[in-house]
Amino acid sequence: MKPIFMTFTKEDFINFFVIMVVAVAVVPNIVPTSYWYVSILIPFLCLSLAGLGQQIIIGYTGQLALGAAGFMAAGAFACFNLILRVPGIPFFVALILSGFIASAFGILFGLPSLRVRGIYLMVATLASQFFIVWGIDKFGWFKNYDTSGIITVQQIVIFDKPLTSPLAMYLLTLGIVTVLTLIALNLVRGSTGRKWMAVRDMDIAAESMGVSLLKTKLQAFAISSFYCGIAGALFAFTYLQSLEPAAFSIKLSFQILFIVILGGLGTINGVFIGTAFILLFPVLLNIVGTKVFHGAVDATIISSVEQMVFGALMIIFMIFQPLGMAKIWENMMLKFAPKPDRRLTS
Amino acid sequence: MAESRRFPIGDPVLELKNISLRFGGVKAITNISFNVLKHEVRAIIGPNGAGKSSLLNCINGIYKPQEGTILFSGQVLDNISPNVVANNGVSRTFQNLALFKRMSVLDNILVGRTLHTTSNFWEVGFGLPKAMKEDRKNKEKCEEIVKFLEIEHIKDAPVGKLSYGLQKKVEFGRALATEASILMLDEPMAGMNVEEKREMCRFILKVNDEIGTTIVLIEHDMGVVMDISDRVVVLDYGKVIGDGVPDEVRSSQAVIDAYLGASHD
Amino acid sequence: MTDQLLFFLEVVVAGMLSGTMYSLVALGYVLIYKSSSNFNFAQGAMVFFAVLSFVGLMELGLPFVAAFIATILLMMLLGLLTEKLVLRPLTNQSEETVLMATIGLGFFLEGFTQAIWGVEVRKLDLGVKDFPIPWIADNLKLFISALDLVAAVVALTMIAGITLIFKYTKVGLGLRAVADDPGAASSIGIPLKNIMFFVWSAAGVVALVAGMMWGARAGVQFALVDLALKALPVLIIGGFSSISGALIAGLIVGATEKILEVFLGPMVGGGIEGWAPYVMAILFLLYRPEGLFGEKIIRRV
Repeated sequence: MKPIFMTFTKEDFINFFVIMVVAVAVVPNIVPTSYWYVSILIPFLCLSLAGLGQQIIIGYTGQLALGAAGFMAAGAFACFNLILRVPGIPFFVALILSGFIASAFGILFGLPSLRVRGIYLMVATLASQFFIVWGIDKFGWFKNYDTSGIITVQQIVIFDKPLTSPLAMYLLTLGIVTVLTLIALNLVRGSTGRKWMAVRDMDIAAESMGVSLLKTKLQAFAISSFYCGIAGALFAFTYLQSLEPAAFSIKLSFQILFIVILGGLGTINGVFIGTAFILLFPVLLNIVGTKVFHGAVDATIISSVEQMVFGALMIIFMIFQPLGMAKIWENMMLKFAPKPDRRLTS
Repeated sequence: MAESRRFPIGDPVLELKNISLRFGGVKAITNISFNVLKHEVRAIIGPNGAGKSSLLNCINGIYKPQEGTILFSGQVLDNISPNVVANNGVSRTFQNLALFKRMSVLDNILVGRTLHTTSNFWEVGFGLPKAMKEDRKNKEKCEEIVKFLEIEHIKDAPVGKLSYGLQKKVEFGRALATEASILMLDEPMAGMNVEEKREMCRFILKVNDEIGTTIVLIEHDMGVVMDISDRVVVLDYGKVIGDGVPDEVRSSQAVIDAYLGASHD
Repeated sequence: MTDQLLFFLEVVVAGMLSGTMYSLVALGYVLIYKSSSNFNFAQGAMVFFAVLSFVGLMELGLPFVAAFIATILLMMLLGLLTEKLVLRPLTNQSEETVLMATIGLGFFLEGFTQAIWGVEVRKLDLGVKDFPIPWIADNLKLFISALDLVAAVVALTMIAGITLIFKYTKVGLGLRAVADDPGAASSIGIPLKNIMFFVWSAAGVVALVAGMMWGARAGVQFALVDLALKALPVLIIGGFSSISGALIAGLIVGATEKILEVFLGPMVGGGIEGWAPYVMAILFLLYRPEGLFGEKIIRRV
């Protein structure tokens, strides 16, 4: 399919238009309470963004990097500190700078990828998770010496207007995630993405074709942690509206890993499908627990069952559909609208 | 083979001097020296395990020989690693196939255009005109290669699903896309039937004839070797046992012994 | 000996003793990896499941020995199911796919354990107190916890036992053959099923003992799973397939972690043990990617 503008085809434009109309015009009108924004839509956007970051490094570049939450923490605390200490800094500037700061950590902790792969790399990247969160926690400067444990973040002020309503937060996050997703699409469809995938599939052959493993891997780490950093800042400022190192635990890193794996490695739309599932399934479980069992089921049992289901799904997908939910979606779409020349990845 | 060539054979573009390679206690290559001349088709032959692929891996920087030097157009490269060698005009295919299994045929070949891609990720990410234009040009070049190799019908197929022979062709196409001046082919016709082999020979000769690419070819099929190569070097047990034009090599006693399995002491 | 030096020695010894416990957890991973070239990320969750089941069964009224045996049987069943339902279907898949599946298994097992046994912290009393041994304190002026010492002895015994089995028995030889090439091993008559059953049972026993030692020290609780993550750097430093590597790396990690925590900790408010093992692992990876005793990986193209 021939791209019309940048890497986007006619089909892309239609999809984009529809999604945007739904997201901007339809959703705000059908959403019954702000609960939906606060607890579902906004975290959906933030986690998807982190998922995009992880998809880039794991799904496209094939580097088993855990520790997304560490980079999210870096981004969140960087944003907080920039707004705190640089008077009058525009929010977007602080946000982008936070991304760069997270990037720097990404490059640093991505260095082991030049020597090791697989489970070895996974363990090495866990270091970033533990070290970054520890560092932020221990050195009071990052938390502005707040001893309460949970810091309230500043208000987001854009062009002198403070954003307070959930709707405003939602639209802001939507805008940022949309732009970054479009950039990611350009990257993965262009020469950058091909280099990443070449490194993933056969790095020796990639090198023999002139790809610099060092540059490509570090670049992937940089971009991926940039995305995680921005996701972290948005997570803190629009969703949690507070900052605490404990929110960026290894559990969050695993959640994002699940998003990428269950959603489908190596696809962009897989990230969104995966995030939707990770967020909505617990909601479903809750409903089942309260409506069907009439609240007789303990909350901890529900969360244990949640864990069991995610774990079991991981196993089931790896055995039966390693390409994830995105592939299932693609197969379903092909049934209804068969196309001769499907893209392999979006 | 000696009709007037468009690109007459020139000076050495590749010189191996006293190359030795060991893996732990196993000597894969012992004191090998030979050269490859510009615009020629140089075949490397020898029984299985003679060290042919290892030799290619040394040239291309995947293995680092413990002894010896390799000169690229008379120059020693500072840090021989595969992408440095690629930047110096050498490309290759692999004996056991090294395609990017999860990418399409066209995308595989496009990776071959890496050295002709100067856009950085900012330009790609923001879809700037420079990146888009370059992408379009590279795609056109790859479409030409796809056409040349007669694989248009599968250009969007994921390579993992293709037959062995087709995959070999794609890998050849990927190496072609680099527009390297030296193309090293490791058994490009293995697993192909007579028809496919003839086609591959045609492609190789065409590339050598019309573009002037120097070809280094590892090949088992004697017929092919005699037919298309200008000079042949014969390896056995990691050593050179013959080096010259096909006729010379074919009648050398040492070579005949090696292939007919005379007892080695 | 000066007081300073004595104190340093105490710290080193305490660190090494707790390090043997890391080794014990790591041993479970090594057993599986050594005999099937699979990395069982769920081993940590298995430690948790094992000890919680043990304690839970005792709470339900079973005496110590019966609960111990029952738990071992439970672990064998778990191993059997894992092999059959998770690993066998994934035999020809990539290393990463199997890894992801075992991560999923780990998650499943954690949730399952909590669903069955609940989330309260439980105490485990093994009859040995976490208290400095009087004799050593009086004569050598060193404060070494009795519990630490017992745990270390148990760990060392198990490690020694398993090493002997691998090296000198027929089963051990079979195990090594299977790890190298399951197809070849089975074609010369080595009973794959039995071997794997043995391995998983052994890993289960190791998991239970490791869990009991840790549980006695710190209470039986969910944090045990994070502890198991600590075994990963130990595996990297020691090599995934080496039992002696697990032991030595455990000692190194335990001692270094303790030293850093005690001497550098006060300057930065503590918590160094949270990440120190990982940074150590990175440093090792840069200089010796295969670990102290692991197998060097040569990639042939």
